Amino acid sequence: MSTTVTSAVPQPDAASRRRSLILVFSCTILGAIAQILMKVGMSHFEPKVLSIVTNVPLIAGYSLYGINTLMMVLALRDGELSMLYPIIALTYVWVTLLSYALLAEKPNLYKNAGIATIVLGVAVLGRGGRK
Amino acid sequence: MNPALLRSMSLVFTASVVGSFGMVFLKLGSAKLTRSIFSFLNMHLILGVALFLGSSVFYALGIKSGQLSVLYPMVSLGYIWTLLWSRLFFKEAFTRQKFFGLGLILLGVFFVGLGSN
Repeated sequence: MSTTVTSAVPQPDAASRRRSLILVFSCTILGAIAQILMKVGMSHFEPKVLSIVTNVPLIAGYSLYGINTLMMVLALRDGELSMLYPIIALTYVWVTLLSYALLAEKPNLYKNAGIATIVLGVAVLGRGGRK
Repeated sequence: MNPALLRSMSLVFTASVVGSFGMVFLKLGSAKLTRSIFSFLNMHLILGVALFLGSSVFYALGIKSGQLSVLYPMVSLGYIWTLLWSRLFFKEAFTRQKFFGLGLILLGVFFVGLGSN
């Protein structure tokens, strides 16, 4: 287990902290697109090899998840896990908004209140990390 | 509580625990990155990705039958485990902002779950 030797709590500089936040933020957008693609892909899913390898939305969705994981790892290198990981919850916000726009899902009060509360929570976390 | 729901809930619960350990291993593996692209193929990162895949299997089995409005927000239990592991394994500080921010996020995910039935 190799962590920093100098201090128990790593204190990255402001620039790398911002880079981590931007990476995780981008992860949430890509992750949402991946989820929508997989939902579309699963809607014409057949358990046959030929059908799976030609299922473009499904493959694109999985590939995006792969890229997402790499970006998350890069973000974690310079940032706190306990601060960066909950930001992933923004994915819920984008998925909900994209589902309204692209999948014609109906908005409702609970969903709207939920995404507003998540955005608020992420804002609180992000501010806490800046000080 | 009916047994089917209890079974779904324990599967999703397991998924959240397994996934949180995936995150711990990604964090451990991230410390081993160098300029070489091959440094991504270290044991911690491979184990982290494997735990994520494992977690998604438990999750998929869990949500196959069951109320999404209950099960969906349960995934965010993973945020609580991750907060604990961050403190335990990486000595990251508990701060008021983290608790408050996470509390709001959990509440938000709970509402989104209520809205998606």
